Amino acid sequence: MTAAPASTPAQGSPLLLTLLQARTYLALILVFGFFAFMAPNFLSVANSVIVAKHAALTAFLAIGMTFVIITGGIDLSVGSTVGLCAMVSGWLILYGIDLGAMGTMQFNTLEIALLVMCVGVFVGFVNGILITKLNVAPFIATLGTLYIARGAALLSSGGRTFPNLSGNADYGSASFPGIGAGTFLGLPVQIWMLIAVGLVAAYIAKRTPLGRHIYAVGGNERGAALSGVKVNRVKLFVYMFSGFCAAIVGLIIASQLQAAHPATGETFELNAIAAAVLGGTSLSGGRGKIGGTIVGAFVISILSDGLVMMSVSSFWQTVIKGLVIVAAVVIDQAQSKLQARVALQQEAALGR
Amino acid sequence: MTEKHPIGLSIRGGVKVYPGTRALKGVDFDLRMGAVNVLVGENGAGKSTLMKLIAGVEDMTEGTITMDGREMRFRTKADAVAAGIGIVFQELNLFPNLSVAENIFIGHETTRGGIDIDIEAHREATRQLMERLEQNIHPDTPLGNLRIGQQQIVEIAKALAQNARILILDEPTSALSAAEVEVLFRVIDELTAQGVGIVYISHRLEELIRVGDYITVLRDGVITGARSMEGVDIPWIVKAMIGSSSKEYGRSEVANFGPEIFRAEDITLPRAGGGFTVDHVSLSIRSGEIVGLYGLMGAGRSEFLECVMAQHPHSGGKFWVEGKPLTERDVPGRIARGIALIPEDRKRDGLIQIMSIRENLTLSSLPSFTKLFHLDLKKEAKTAVEFIKRLTIKVASPENPVSSLSGGNQQKVVIGKALMTGPKVLLMDEPSRGIDIGAKAEVFRTMRRLAAEGLGILFVTSDLDEVLALSDRIIVMAQGRVTGEFPSGTEAAKVISATTPNAQNSKDIAA
Repeated sequence: MTAAPASTPAQGSPLLLTLLQARTYLALILVFGFFAFMAPNFLSVANSVIVAKHAALTAFLAIGMTFVIITGGIDLSVGSTVGLCAMVSGWLILYGIDLGAMGTMQFNTLEIALLVMCVGVFVGFVNGILITKLNVAPFIATLGTLYIARGAALLSSGGRTFPNLSGNADYGSASFPGIGAGTFLGLPVQIWMLIAVGLVAAYIAKRTPLGRHIYAVGGNERGAALSGVKVNRVKLFVYMFSGFCAAIVGLIIASQLQAAHPATGETFELNAIAAAVLGGTSLSGGRGKIGGTIVGAFVISILSDGLVMMSVSSFWQTVIKGLVIVAAVVIDQAQSKLQARVALQQEAALGR
Repeated sequence: MTEKHPIGLSIRGGVKVYPGTRALKGVDFDLRMGAVNVLVGENGAGKSTLMKLIAGVEDMTEGTITMDGREMRFRTKADAVAAGIGIVFQELNLFPNLSVAENIFIGHETTRGGIDIDIEAHREATRQLMERLEQNIHPDTPLGNLRIGQQQIVEIAKALAQNARILILDEPTSALSAAEVEVLFRVIDELTAQGVGIVYISHRLEELIRVGDYITVLRDGVITGARSMEGVDIPWIVKAMIGSSSKEYGRSEVANFGPEIFRAEDITLPRAGGGFTVDHVSLSIRSGEIVGLYGLMGAGRSEFLECVMAQHPHSGGKFWVEGKPLTERDVPGRIARGIALIPEDRKRDGLIQIMSIRENLTLSSLPSFTKLFHLDLKKEAKTAVEFIKRLTIKVASPENPVSSLSGGNQQKVVIGKALMTGPKVLLMDEPSRGIDIGAKAEVFRTMRRLAAEGLGILFVTSDLDEVLALSDRIIVMAQGRVTGEFPSGTEAAKVISATTPNAQNSKDIAA
């Protein structure tokens, strides 16, 4: 630590620290309260469901992104993976897989979902192999797959939209629109999926060796390797998980619109990164929480939907979003400084 | 004496308060020019803080600094540099991605017209500095390619390049080999002859007595002794430092060696430019035995340990643990077979700085807290607390980041992490580097205890006293080869001569 003012009262810091640590939640309450007052109908059930559905899409990507960022990497390819996966689900519903002489293979909804997830995981696998085995920097590797996946999505339909993805009862895929539009116990299916994925991810982060290893790799890769962490395997996992999350989003969007457009998901990766950062994930690696990321995704979505409802110009929306992200990072820096100081004080109080 | 060494800088009533601690409690310190002013004390005694005040890194809370009769105030490092004060920190402040010359002139580049860097002038100046320091380092070498010892020399060159009148060296020799230390001492002699005032901080007491002209001892932020070096001996320093007589590292119980626990045969590690960094090294360790691996910087000792820990995929040779061949090719596999490494560079290799003490301790042994894939956090926390107690690590809370600990306690966390894996063979690379004498004694006691429990310990050190006092057997390496093996109680001279086989008997080796 460099020079710190000598007169800081010892009790003041922990309180401030607690406030700073809870800032993402405070931000959520703030934006929520603000729009509840300012925007008519913001609190209506219908609107809440729409906002939650929007937020869920960002949240899925941001969860995957959080793991990647904690290891010190970045995944720019998620937006394109969303597009590619939407196209793949469209293709599977319309055409199935052509096996040549043996005819055409058709799939039911579950099989389609699993196949699409495999596609997403495969994109992540390619990212992971590029980064671990071929030593490509994550930014460049995923930038490459960003273009490749987007190109593949465009090629799949020649740039056209796959329309009318209502499924076919004969093949058992009539329930496909249900992924994006259905409800279960009053909540949209995709919210249930978010709860499931969120819980699993939070569990992995907190209560499994894999999660601990993810943090360790981001904190000090060399040190982690010497401690017996299989660094490459950890990295491979986080990119595959990120691809898996992107596949879910692709499925949901294709199902919701009952159409798949190859440009689906453009710039989604930036929202995902923003949500993760807003939720306290450090881009230098080693720090971040799944809960924070999900809240961050909700803050961003409520912000943009609320501003729309208040009919703020979309140009201003962009500016405001940017300001919020910058402010989040500035506060994050202040928090880690304070945290380090509080810990140092505690150790200093021990007399050494 | 006073005429010969005028006081160049003095501090009166120096107080420095950090939030929660008073690091310095009213210190009076005189720095004499043309002499080596030795500063000694345990970690946390306030040596580094005092030096930071002089170097302008920290601002004094109370008190005055006087130079040549004028009261000075150093608010920033630039103020101090302008007053002719240079400091070489214990933790190197260098850029591994830049060349040696670029590092030396960083922040005070020679330029043409304020824009264009005069690279040729830098190269030439660097060449001269390296000649003066007797180092064969090319100015264009990327710094990251140098060993830590060489990097330290570069750091010293950097301070010299700024024509400092007062030069503060904070533990300059902690990573240097004996030969490099000699070079450094010659440079120090030359500088003092030119009237430069040197402040020399070190934990190596015999070194202090050799090089120092004046000594100042600090304890808990208070000066407990300040005098000319004449008549000072190690017991006096230790008494002033810790208030009691010297600690013994020696063996207290009778040696009780078990069967061979670890064997290495024909280990080779090719060097990039041809030849071998580790040249057909074979050795064996018995259970309960502490083997000291001694040698100069660059002798291949650390690299050998790295080979054992599967850090060099191109290395050759075979290992055995408890008589069974060690075929695992990755770190987790070797840890599972009972090998644990305590790396030389705590910060870079040993710890995850931003993670908590608990998470660092358990990082290598998570499988033992895991059922299928579920991590038992309660069991983990309990075991962490157990190890903190067992190794007497001083912590406020196991949840604090490990970076908040002092060097000695951080080292104990690294040792704790290694021990938690239940090792049979413990490899320790410079286990006492950069920690104070009290913590050192504790680390050594821990090593003794572990050996008594049946572990085989192989430790690398550059400290002759340490290797002589602690080892049951001493193996000396030079230029990648094992050049000598001695039982405990061997004369120091014999051990030293093995470190430079070429100088004395190059014919014998060649034959």
